[in-house]
Formats: sequence, C-alpha cells, structure tokens
Amino acid sequence: MALRVTLGILLTLVLCAGIGFPLSQNPQHWYELPVIPGLEEKARLIFFHVPTAWLSVVAFLTGMVFSIRYLRKRDPLDDLRSSAAAGLGLTYCILATLTGAIWAKFNWGSFWNWDPRETSIFVLLLIYGAYFSLRSAVENQEKRSTLSAAYSIIAAITVPFFIFVLPRITSGLHPGSKGDPDGAGPVLQFTMSPNMRVIFFASLAAFTLLFIWMFQLRVRTGKLEMERELQQAP
Amino acid sequence: MRSGDMKRWLLSVRGIFLKDVRSELRTRYAVSALVMFVITTIAIILFSLAHEAAPPEVLSGVLWVVIFFGAMSGLSRTFVMEEERGTAMTLQLLAPPSAVYFGKLLFNVVLVVALNAFTVILYLLLVAGFVVRSADVFALTMFLGSLGFASAATIIAAIIARANTKGTLYPVLSFPILLPLLVVVIDATRSATEGAPLAEVGGAFQFLISYTVVLTTLSYLLFEYIWKD
Repeated sequence: MALRVTLGILLTLVLCAGIGFPLSQNPQHWYELPVIPGLEEKARLIFFHVPTAWLSVVAFLTGMVFSIRYLRKRDPLDDLRSSAAAGLGLTYCILATLTGAIWAKFNWGSFWNWDPRETSIFVLLLIYGAYFSLRSAVENQEKRSTLSAAYSIIAAITVPFFIFVLPRITSGLHPGSKGDPDGAGPVLQFTMSPNMRVIFFASLAAFTLLFIWMFQLRVRTGKLEMERELQQAP
Repeated sequence: MRSGDMKRWLLSVRGIFLKDVRSELRTRYAVSALVMFVITTIAIILFSLAHEAAPPEVLSGVLWVVIFFGAMSGLSRTFVMEEERGTAMTLQLLAPPSAVYFGKLLFNVVLVVALNAFTVILYLLLVAGFVVRSADVFALTMFLGSLGFASAATIIAAIIARANTKGTLYPVLSFPILLPLLVVVIDATRSATEGAPLAEVGGAFQFLISYTVVLTTLSYLLFEYIWKD
C-alpha cells in the first residue's frame, strides 16, 4: 500500500514537473529549466526515456540474478520471478526504443540511424526475443527453466560489452556518447542544471518503484496460476 | 586438483576431442555441409555482384555474413549428434561435464579455424574487390575472431541440443551473443583492407580476447547445469 501511494505521488510530481516546467534562457526561479542549445523542448525526453532504458537493463540484470538463484536452488518460483522480470524488461525496452526513435526523428531527422546506443537497445530487444522464443520452444517445464536461465546469464554477460564498450569505441550522435563534448562519462554524464538533476533522479526512482510494483503483481498472478494448475491436475 | 586428477581430466578432454574428430572423419557430415555452404554462398555473392567491384568496406562485412551463417549451419552438430544418437547419457556417465565441454570446444575451435581459413582463401581468390593491405591485422582478426566465435557458438549449441528444436533457433539465439564480436571483427577487417598498422587496431584485439575469455569461463561454469539432466 505504502509503495503504491509513494509511487503515485512521485510519478505525478515527475510527470507535472517534467512536462510542465517552463524553459528559460537564463533561469531565475527554481522551477525554470535552462535551455540546452540544439535540444530545447526535446530535452524533456530525458526524464522519461532514460529511466525506461535504464530499467530495461535493470530488469534484465534482475532476471539474471533470479536465473542464478534458480540454477542453485531449483525453486520454480525463481524461474517465475526471472521470466516476470524479463517480461517487464521487454516492455520497458520497447518503450525506450519507441520514445527514442520518435525523439530521433525530430532531432536527427530519421527514426533509426544505427547510432551505437540504438544498436545496443536493438540487441537488448533481440536478446529478449531470443529468450522468449527459447522458452516457448521447450515443452518440459524443468528443462525450460534451466535452459532459459542459462541463456539469460550468457546474454547478460554480453550486455556490458554493449552498453559500456561499444558506445565508447565508436563515437555516436547520442547525447553523452564519445563525440559529445559534454559527455563521455561512464554511462551518462550531462551538464544538467541542479533542478533538472532533481527531476531526473526523482523520475528514475519513480520508474524503479513502478517496476517493483509491476514485478510483484506479475509474480503474484504467476503464483496463483501455478497453484490453480496444481489443483486442476488430478 | 591433484596432478593425477588433472592428468585424467586432460586425457578425457583429449578423448572426447579425438572421438568427435574420428566420428566426423567417418561421415564427414559437418565438414562437407560447411564446405558446400561456403561455396554456394560465395557463388551467390559473385552472381549478385555480376562483375561489379564492390567497395572493400562492404565486402569485409559480407565476408563475415558468410562466416556467421556457415558456422551456424555446422557448429551445433557436435551436441545435436549426441542427442540424436542417444549417446549423451553415456557421455554423462563416462566423463566429467567440464571435460565434455572443453573437448567439444576444442573440436569447434578446430572446425571454425579450418572453415574460416577455407572461406578466406576462396574469398580472396574469387571476390575481385577484396584486397587486404595489412596482412598481420587481417590474420590476427581472423584468428581471434574464430576463437571468440567458437566459444560463444559452443555453449549455445549445448542449449539448442537440449531444447529439441535442432537447427531453427540456433542463429536466433547466437546472434545477440555474437553481435558485439561481429561488430568489432567487421570493423577490424575493414581496417585491414585499408592498410591500418597493427597498433591502431589494438583495442579491437583486446576486446576479442576479453570476450573469448569471459564467454569461455562462463560456459565452463554453466555447462554442468545445461548438460546434466
């Protein structure tokens, strides 16, 4: 309950602030966001796009942690958690791809440019797709859990190669990558003004809470389905 | 591990490797499939180019397309074969999982290196526009790329063999794992056609080595879970 209330309040605040706060050339008040040359109003996407992209990776790593636990303890619930995290990760990944593509259309002129970061999110989509096609290909439940757990661990190991290595090797258009004079930090490092930074991190927290809430819901429904199947089996 | 155990383990690795080589030489299934695949693909490329000289940047990418799909058509063989013949159970009893893994990995490494050498020779002879200006960069890229390829393809093959879907899912599952390798390797091949010095491509080689080491270690850790029922 406390989780849902906090989530509701935080997400509302972030939405209002992220969309509603006016931009200004030289900010005087705490609610005025500075104008970033070249981005202007389009800079607002950072409050929503970056947290979804971030969470699609976090969901993936959560899935990996539960996969490792599954392989150690062979508890079907861990497999349920792992696949629930992957399912949410896929949703967030699609959202990040779509918001990013729309943003790219208006900022770079086309929906898709094979920028290093676009390539990495595309690969993440492919991994999720492969994970779910592997799951659907195996009939035996225990085998399916084991194989998909192993695959998600292998795939997770290649994620750091993508998210961190590739955008560093090749310069890209994406804000925060090697070609950007303000960027080139470990993940994303912008010259954000303090109030932008507050909204950004609040949004990150809100999206993480949203993920936790949805994750709990999915695990609960999954558990109920498992129990029902057990009852129906003679 | 005591030295006696170590010796026995190495003997099992060698035994499994030799068993695979011998059964391959008996039927020549994987080798002939791979050779025919490479020949057909290069023929299709030559037909579609129709005597036009494509730029070397494009051709270095196409080379890796041939290698990727070639490898995908043959590398799952070692594990799928065990399941089809029903010998997987016997192997589980006879040898420790890690020995099975490294035996199969060794076999796949040999297969990929041979396949790549064959592909590259054909490609250099037949595709007109593809000229390698720095041979050392090219040779190292092919060698390290083959090692990375084999390390990723072997563990996915082990998964595929257990998943009773055989061939269809193999490229689907392998592609996301292999993509970081492919991007780096295609880039390095392009540098080789442009005649870049060895030092300039050093980053790519570091990447390839770390990729291979990470994937092999992880496969070694995970293989027991995939392999055992």
